[in-house]
Amino acid sequence: MKFLIQLVFILLFITSCNNSKKNDQDEVANAADSNQTQKTNTTVNFPIYDYEGIEPLLNKADGKTYIVNFWATWCKPCIEELPFLEKVYAEQKSNGVELVLVSLDMPTMWEKRLVPFVKKNDLKGKVVILDDPNMNEWIPKIDEDWGGGIPATLIYNSNKRTFFERGFTYNELNEELNKFLN
Amino acid sequence: MGTLKTFLILTLAFIIGIIPNTDVNLSGYEIGDLATDFSLPNIDGKMVSLADYKNAEGFLVIFTCNTCPYAVAYEDRIIALDNKFKEKGVPVIAINPNNPEVKAGDSFEAMKERAQEKGFTFPYLLDDGQKIFPQYGATRTPHVYLLEKTEDGNVVRYIGAIDDNYQDESQVKVKYVENAVDAMLSGQPIEPAMTKAIGCSIKV
Repeated sequence: MKFLIQLVFILLFITSCNNSKKNDQDEVANAADSNQTQKTNTTVNFPIYDYEGIEPLLNKADGKTYIVNFWATWCKPCIEELPFLEKVYAEQKSNGVELVLVSLDMPTMWEKRLVPFVKKNDLKGKVVILDDPNMNEWIPKIDEDWGGGIPATLIYNSNKRTFFERGFTYNELNEELNKFLN
Repeated sequence: MGTLKTFLILTLAFIIGIIPNTDVNLSGYEIGDLATDFSLPNIDGKMVSLADYKNAEGFLVIFTCNTCPYAVAYEDRIIALDNKFKEKGVPVIAINPNNPEVKAGDSFEAMKERAQEKGFTFPYLLDDGQKIFPQYGATRTPHVYLLEKTEDGNVVRYIGAIDDNYQDESQVKVKYVENAVDAMLSGQPIEPAMTKAIGCSIKV
């Protein structure tokens, strides 16, 4: 009997936790709604999104295959794999492949580091900025197993979706991409 | 209603039943695991172990470094955590997991300089040989492990980020680590016990 009472208490606790969590999420969602999802910055020419703003880019169903790479200029392994991403994109663009480079650079780095870096390396992938500090909220929405390490890459099309928390070589990326292109 | 209740109780019993069995350690610690002690060189030249802290209630083991922008953004908040919780028996133990040969800015000398500049109030250890961070399962900096000292050893109670806004301390809505330590010290359940954050990958 004592055991049962304990269980009921635990159940009550879990239920109340879930409720409060839901409320928190609602609050966050409301707060995001009231903000502009795409901010503008006169000196930085890339779209700047919060998670809600970037979500459509991660869920397109237009027949194309998207390579969505999460990176930052301060992340050395990210910089090392960028040439491979760009090369594969150049070769596979005509097969309906798109490359989205989601920069996680901090706001103080956008003008000083990100803009010059993209220009210097003449990046052809679509560069967008994800600026949403509440990471614990959005990381699991992109992939529930993502621990938060970068580089990380999402490859998806209408039929298939795979998330990689690691860097790629040219061959590795081609191999994974081919599974999407048949 | 009776059936639903039975179902819920059975489900719960099942969940409770399986949690203690999940201590297979493929990718670092999970909540409830026993954390290893270590003996690592501190910037003051001495070796530091958790066992040295006879009167501690627990530890905030924080994998952090000199060179990661996120780690730098959190330095002041790590000092504040140490100031708040050291006297309550839960000191900060910072460990730099990066390989200094790969990241010159994380050399032992550079660690000493940074600690002095910022006035670190806690030990700042070098994971010499990079043996400790893989056992904990740290993947990025900063990465926090809250340990509770028990008769069986140091039990992992919380893993993750310090709070929910690295950019702007004034915009923080949830102080994950503070809440976790407060809950642990008052015997309350820790919620959430795990959080995620973007960080700098550890340099091996």
